[in-house]
Amino acid sequence: MEKKTPLYDAHVKAGGKIVPFAGYLLPVQYGTGVIKEHMAVRTQAGLFDVSHMGEVLCQGKDAFDNLQMMMTNDFTGMVDGQARYSPMCNENGGTVDDLIVYKRGENDYLIVVNAANKDKDYQWMLDHQFGEVEFTDVSDEYAQLALQGPEAIGILRKMTDESNIPAKNYHAVFGAEVAGIPCIVSRTGYTGEDGVELYLASDKAEEMWDALLANGEEEGLIPCGLGARDTLRMEAAMPLYGHEMNDEVSPLETGLGFAVKLKKDDFIGKAAIEEKGKKIKRVGLQVTGRGIIREEMPVSKDGVSIGQTTSGTHCPFIGKAVGMALVDAESCEVGDKLQVEVRGRSVEVEVIPLPFYKREK
Amino acid sequence: MEIRAELKYSKSHEWVKEDGDVMVIGLTDYAQSELGDLVFVNLPEEGDEVTAGESFSDVESVKAVSDVYSPVTGVVAEVNEDLMDAPESINESPYDAWFIKVSDVSETEELLTAEEYEAFVESEQE
Repeated sequence: MEKKTPLYDAHVKAGGKIVPFAGYLLPVQYGTGVIKEHMAVRTQAGLFDVSHMGEVLCQGKDAFDNLQMMMTNDFTGMVDGQARYSPMCNENGGTVDDLIVYKRGENDYLIVVNAANKDKDYQWMLDHQFGEVEFTDVSDEYAQLALQGPEAIGILRKMTDESNIPAKNYHAVFGAEVAGIPCIVSRTGYTGEDGVELYLASDKAEEMWDALLANGEEEGLIPCGLGARDTLRMEAAMPLYGHEMNDEVSPLETGLGFAVKLKKDDFIGKAAIEEKGKKIKRVGLQVTGRGIIREEMPVSKDGVSIGQTTSGTHCPFIGKAVGMALVDAESCEVGDKLQVEVRGRSVEVEVIPLPFYKREK
Repeated sequence: MEIRAELKYSKSHEWVKEDGDVMVIGLTDYAQSELGDLVFVNLPEEGDEVTAGESFSDVESVKAVSDVYSPVTGVVAEVNEDLMDAPESINESPYDAWFIKVSDVSETEELLTAEEYEAFVESEQE
C-alpha cells in the first residue's frame, strides 16, 4: 500500500494525475502536461513535491569518521550549512545509493537519500556504523518541496529575508523561515536550473505549497510532476539511481569521478573501485534516425553489442530524442554512430557530449 | 472528454469512421489525454495489411510508448503522414488527426456506439 505525501490532497485538487512511485502516490503530471511543465522550469519556474525523499540524521562524536568511511566523497573542510553530493558504495565497488550530506554543525549531519532506497540505505548505515554515532531515520517528519527555474530565487525573495537564501550552490540555511514557516532552504536541485529545495515539517507542507504558488503566479510558477522531473534531469544528464547507477556499477563507471576521492585513506568499496577501474562508461546518445530510445535497450556498433541504454526520452527544451547508455569503456567516442534496438527495430544514434543541456550563468 | 456521436469506438480507444468503402481510424480524446503529450508516431505504409485486434502503429509520449490497435482487417489505403511531423496534433484535435484509412475491409471487431463507449470509459476509470 503506497503512502501519501502531506501534499496528496493538494495534488488531486490541482488536477494531478496520481501514480505509484517508490512507495508513494505522487502526481506524474498536472493538467498542463509534461512539456509545459518542463518548459516552465527552463524559462520561468516550477514547483515539485519531493517529500518522498528520505532524510537520515547522522550525529555523535564519530559522525564525521562514519561518513568518511561510508561515502566516496570527502567531507573535510565543510562549513556549517554546506552540502556535498556523494555516492555510497558496497565492498564490491557497486553503488548502494547516491545522496547529499548537509553539515548542520560539528559531528551533526543530515543525509538526504533516494526514496526507493531509503530503507536499504538506513539498514546499510546501521550495519556499518562504528564508534559513537547515531543514525536516525527522520523521513516521515519532513516534507520537501523543490522550487526550480530562473525565476525561483526572485519568487523566494518576496517571501523571506535575503539572509534566508543561500548565496552559493550546495549551501543551505538551517533555521530559516519562508512565508513565516520554519524550514531549511537549500540551494540544490535536480533539474539543471537555479533554485532551492525546502525542507519543512510535514504539517506545514500544504501551507507552504499554497504560499509559493500564490507568490509565484506573476512569474509563471506552476506545479510540476514526476514526468517533468525525469525529462529535466535527463536533459541535464543527471544520473538516476536504478538507471545509470546500481549495486554493480561503480560511480567511476557512471562518470561520478568528481565525487570519488581515491586519495582518502579508506572508504567502503575503495579497493574494489581501484582494482576494477573503468570497464564501462556512461555516454550520451542522440537519435539521428526516427524514434525514441528508452531504458534497457541493446546498443551496438557495427553489429557488435557494446552495452545498453539506461534512460531515454524526448527532451522538450532541446527538442531532441536523447538517451544515456552504459557501454564498454573502449568501444566508442563522441561522434561515433551507434545503433539502438527499439522493439526489434534498429534506430541510428550518435554519441554526443554530456550534458545535453547546460544553463547559461 | 469529447466523444463524437457519429463515430464508432473500440475498447482499445480508437475511433472508427465509415467513409464510403474505407474505414478511417484514429485515437480517441480519452486515449490522448491518458497518454499525455505525444512526441512521436510510428505509422505503417500504404499497402500494408492490418488485422483486427492487432497493433498497426505506436505512439510515444515523453513518458512511454503505447500501441495503437486496428479495429478492422484490411489494407492500408492512405496514411496521414502529417502526424509524423506534428504528433501534437493528436493531443490538440484527436478526431481530426486520423492515422490511417483502410480499404478491402474483411473483418471488423465489435465496435461500441458513442453512448456505449462513454459508459466503457467510465467503467475503466473506477
